Amino acid sequence: MKPVAFDYCCPDSVEEALEALASHEDAKLMAGGQSLMPMLNFRVVKPTLIVDIGKLIELDYLRELDDGGLSVGALTRHRVMETSNVVTRRFPIIPETMQNVAHLAIRNRGTIGGSISHADPAAELPMMMRLLDATIVVRSVEGERSIAAGDFFIAPLTTALAENEMVVRIDLPGLPIGMGWCFQEFARRAGDFALAAVGVLLDVQDGIISEARVAMMGVADTPIRRHDAEAVLVGKSLTDDVIAATVAAACDSLEPSRDLHASPDFRRHLASVLTARVLRTAWGRATGVCHEQV
Amino acid sequence: MSKSDIPLKPVWMLVNGEAHERLVEPRLLLSDFLRRDLNLTGTHVGCEHGVCGACTVIVDGDSVRSCLMLAVSANGCEVRTVESMGTTEQLSPLQEAFREHHGLQCGFCTPGMLATCADALQKYSLDTDEEIRDALSGNLCRCTGYQGIVEAVRVCVTGRNALRDAAKDGSRKEQKR
Repeated sequence: MKPVAFDYCCPDSVEEALEALASHEDAKLMAGGQSLMPMLNFRVVKPTLIVDIGKLIELDYLRELDDGGLSVGALTRHRVMETSNVVTRRFPIIPETMQNVAHLAIRNRGTIGGSISHADPAAELPMMMRLLDATIVVRSVEGERSIAAGDFFIAPLTTALAENEMVVRIDLPGLPIGMGWCFQEFARRAGDFALAAVGVLLDVQDGIISEARVAMMGVADTPIRRHDAEAVLVGKSLTDDVIAATVAAACDSLEPSRDLHASPDFRRHLASVLTARVLRTAWGRATGVCHEQV
Repeated sequence: MSKSDIPLKPVWMLVNGEAHERLVEPRLLLSDFLRRDLNLTGTHVGCEHGVCGACTVIVDGDSVRSCLMLAVSANGCEVRTVESMGTTEQLSPLQEAFREHHGLQCGFCTPGMLATCADALQKYSLDTDEEIRDALSGNLCRCTGYQGIVEAVRVCVTGRNALRDAAKDGSRKEQKR
């Protein structure tokens, strides 16, 4: 046997799951298990109880919000986020991003609630939460609270979740109609964790950027927004000078860690190249005009 | 917590069309359940942490890494392994394509490759070799037999598309009548 011995329960309701979670000191929630199972197999995590929420269908839903946004149940699988028509219509950047999440067998099982609770600094969904200004709704036996994505991710594999809390829902506010989008990442092989990734959203009115969002992952302890770069973009058209200024604002101050996979300089370089690329594509999608690369 | 304190859990599974009921330790992986409890050793175990893809099986119609799923989590599920795909006398079309195009050498990765390819064939268009390679990227072959595997999948894509077109033509003729 690879994991340590643990007890197991498979509750039928969220309430039952929360009680089980609160009943043991070292209880761990498991949804799709695609991050937790490797950690169990390596005995990095040694729980006394696994609370398997993989069958809580009450958390498996997509609900359209009146503002053009979406409520996403925590048990929504990656495969649904990759292929759902309603997700594609309201947040086309999500399916584009999900194709980069690991492999089909992982996407079949992995869930959005699991991915953001695990909070890998190079995982796509946590970064989408930052880019889309998501609100993360969490519940415990004591009640429910909402956490802004900006306050949720604290450090690698560390979130604002208390020990007895679970993510039940993610609210994604609607985007302006016609907003340009693009997500790109660089990984050594398809499906690997990204060395760097950048996502942008551009709202363009009469040839001028009225709203811009820039998010990155793989280059810091958590997924990050680049507000300085966003400020550079707003009120301008996307020219080569603006791209250069945005890249500088977004990337010059990055301090990625050094690890086996890449040096800080290489990660910063990747982030710069990707930022320029996603800006051009998002601009093209927002305006219908391909940006000429000089 | 010591092993003896933990009660065994009942698990019921439909594996390759046959119902199985067992009492298992909660920490037992689906891969080990298939191999040790059911003696279905066609499912191979490589890295045991979700990287190599060798243990991929089909659970409720989707490809799943059986080393990343507890046996108890598969309670009530329908599981298909390589043992259900064909027989030595009568290979499945996908297996036949692997044989024809030398899609395997030592065969260790093959059961997982077959499960992955079967799922990819039902979910993706796989129009280009690049898409096929993307679909295979979660399965490692250490004999580096990827070229043959890509060729085998390409042949199956062509066959699948021909069947789909024929079905479309058939339903059109049906409508005309």
